[in-house]
Amino acid sequence: MEYFIQQLINGVTLGSIYGLIAIGYTMVYGIIGMINFAHGDVFMIGAFISLIMFLVLGLIGITWIPFAILLVLIVTMILTSVYGWAVERLAYRPLRKSFRLAPLISAIGMSIFLQNYVQLLQGARVKPIQPIVEGGITLIQSDTFVVTISYLQIIIVLATFLLMSIFAYIISSTSLGRSQRACEQDQLMASLLGINVDRTISLTFVMGAALASVASVLFVLYYGVIDFYIGFHAGIKAFTAAVLGGIGSLPGAMLGGLLIGLIETFWSAYFSIEYKDVAAFSILVLVLIFRPTGLLGKPEIEKV
Amino acid sequence: MSHMPNPPTTMLSISGVHTYYGNIEALKGIDVEINHGEIVTLIGANGAGKTTLLMTVCGTPQAARGHITFEGKDITRMPTHEIVTKGIAQSPEGRRIFPGMTVFENIQMGAMSCDPEYFDQDYTRVTELFPILKERQNQRAGTLSGGEQQMLAIGRAMMSRPRLLLLDEPSLGLAPLIVKQIFEVIAEINQTDNVTVMLVEQNAYHALRLAHRGYVLVNGKIAMSGPGSELLERPEIRAAYLEGGR
Repeated sequence: MEYFIQQLINGVTLGSIYGLIAIGYTMVYGIIGMINFAHGDVFMIGAFISLIMFLVLGLIGITWIPFAILLVLIVTMILTSVYGWAVERLAYRPLRKSFRLAPLISAIGMSIFLQNYVQLLQGARVKPIQPIVEGGITLIQSDTFVVTISYLQIIIVLATFLLMSIFAYIISSTSLGRSQRACEQDQLMASLLGINVDRTISLTFVMGAALASVASVLFVLYYGVIDFYIGFHAGIKAFTAAVLGGIGSLPGAMLGGLLIGLIETFWSAYFSIEYKDVAAFSILVLVLIFRPTGLLGKPEIEKV
Repeated sequence: MSHMPNPPTTMLSISGVHTYYGNIEALKGIDVEINHGEIVTLIGANGAGKTTLLMTVCGTPQAARGHITFEGKDITRMPTHEIVTKGIAQSPEGRRIFPGMTVFENIQMGAMSCDPEYFDQDYTRVTELFPILKERQNQRAGTLSGGEQQMLAIGRAMMSRPRLLLLDEPSLGLAPLIVKQIFEVIAEINQTDNVTVMLVEQNAYHALRLAHRGYVLVNGKIAMSGPGSELLERPEIRAAYLEGGR
């Protein structure tokens, strides 16, 4: 039982990170119907920016941890958003009027480009950073097993919850969110009503990148090791999460993220760690067989 | 029909406009003038280019040649989302309401381009014109009936405080009673709210009776124009658009 609770805590933590990344996939899919394969690599860029920022702050002697994390978060969000924006501007917008597959291919190209760009600039070796937030709370102490939740896990889950709430509010109740939903449903009509569709799409990429960048900071703090390839792994998991939850649905992305995180963690804990990805993707296949639109996705109704 | 502003001043001027869809020339040199305060109707068969002309006024697609000026300003090359801020709103073909949003959110979308300070006042006016929208305000727009959706589309367009309202087939697929009600509101908007109306219709009889002037569009060209009542009397119009149609 104690072991189970510990794994639950670990799974929710991992799931939160996946969920934050998955939002970026699902939003972009919702608004322009395209899978942004470079999104995972934007997350990876964020991880490098935050790692470098932590090292820089360490060097110049800013050692008060909460302040350092906040500063890193802000700078990473801004810089990563610029990357997200630039990817859309350079690789997708010029292809908007092209055939459907063109931006998809361009996205894969952008993903490869970003990986190689970081590999060239930063080297291919893994980059470690020493633990920044240490310690935790012991929840249950039995003779055989100790259940702890680390401060970092608390930060991750709280930060995710907070961001998701802000985000849900923006989408449901602000004029920006309404414009995004309008563009999702009917871009031509949105532009007839005075909405700058290109700008709204750009902002969607910026929001997706900002959430991914928060996930990347949390990732760096949690794992302490990154390389140029983490974007691919995290990206494909988060993408799976988005599809599992129902691509295009925001609560779906979060739910899918949590589920993938939990499945992976529990599989590693009870069966074998080598096959954790197999478990996650098998669940995806099963869900898609029985619910092709994902858990919370709306079935697409062809208009007659 | 009703009184005309004297002397008429041009509000929208479309001159020599050609529009293409790919290689297909949908509009082949259109000249249309709309004066302040008028209701002008554009009638024609399916595929004549009526919808294309309204869309070209809104810059999507843009005219390949020719000029469109609105209140003296050239808007031919202006991006679609800026045109509405100049005072042109459209209730497009097929209504294009946002089905996943509530009725009220659709109304809010209509007011995107203008100062929020006018919102309450404008919303009150729109619900005066279409009381049903107020009753249905928290309902998802996709669940409305066809007539209600059309009212929502016109109401949404009115929320941007237009001086020129483009209406694309507001009567399409609606019961005669609802059509009558919608045409009454169009007249009311024109007279009370002082909004100039450009009305595209296949229901030529209703449209020509309502309008001050009409244009007949055939294969991307203006074939005839004149006061509504005069066009109604023309035998070729009666033969082509009215007989059998009612």
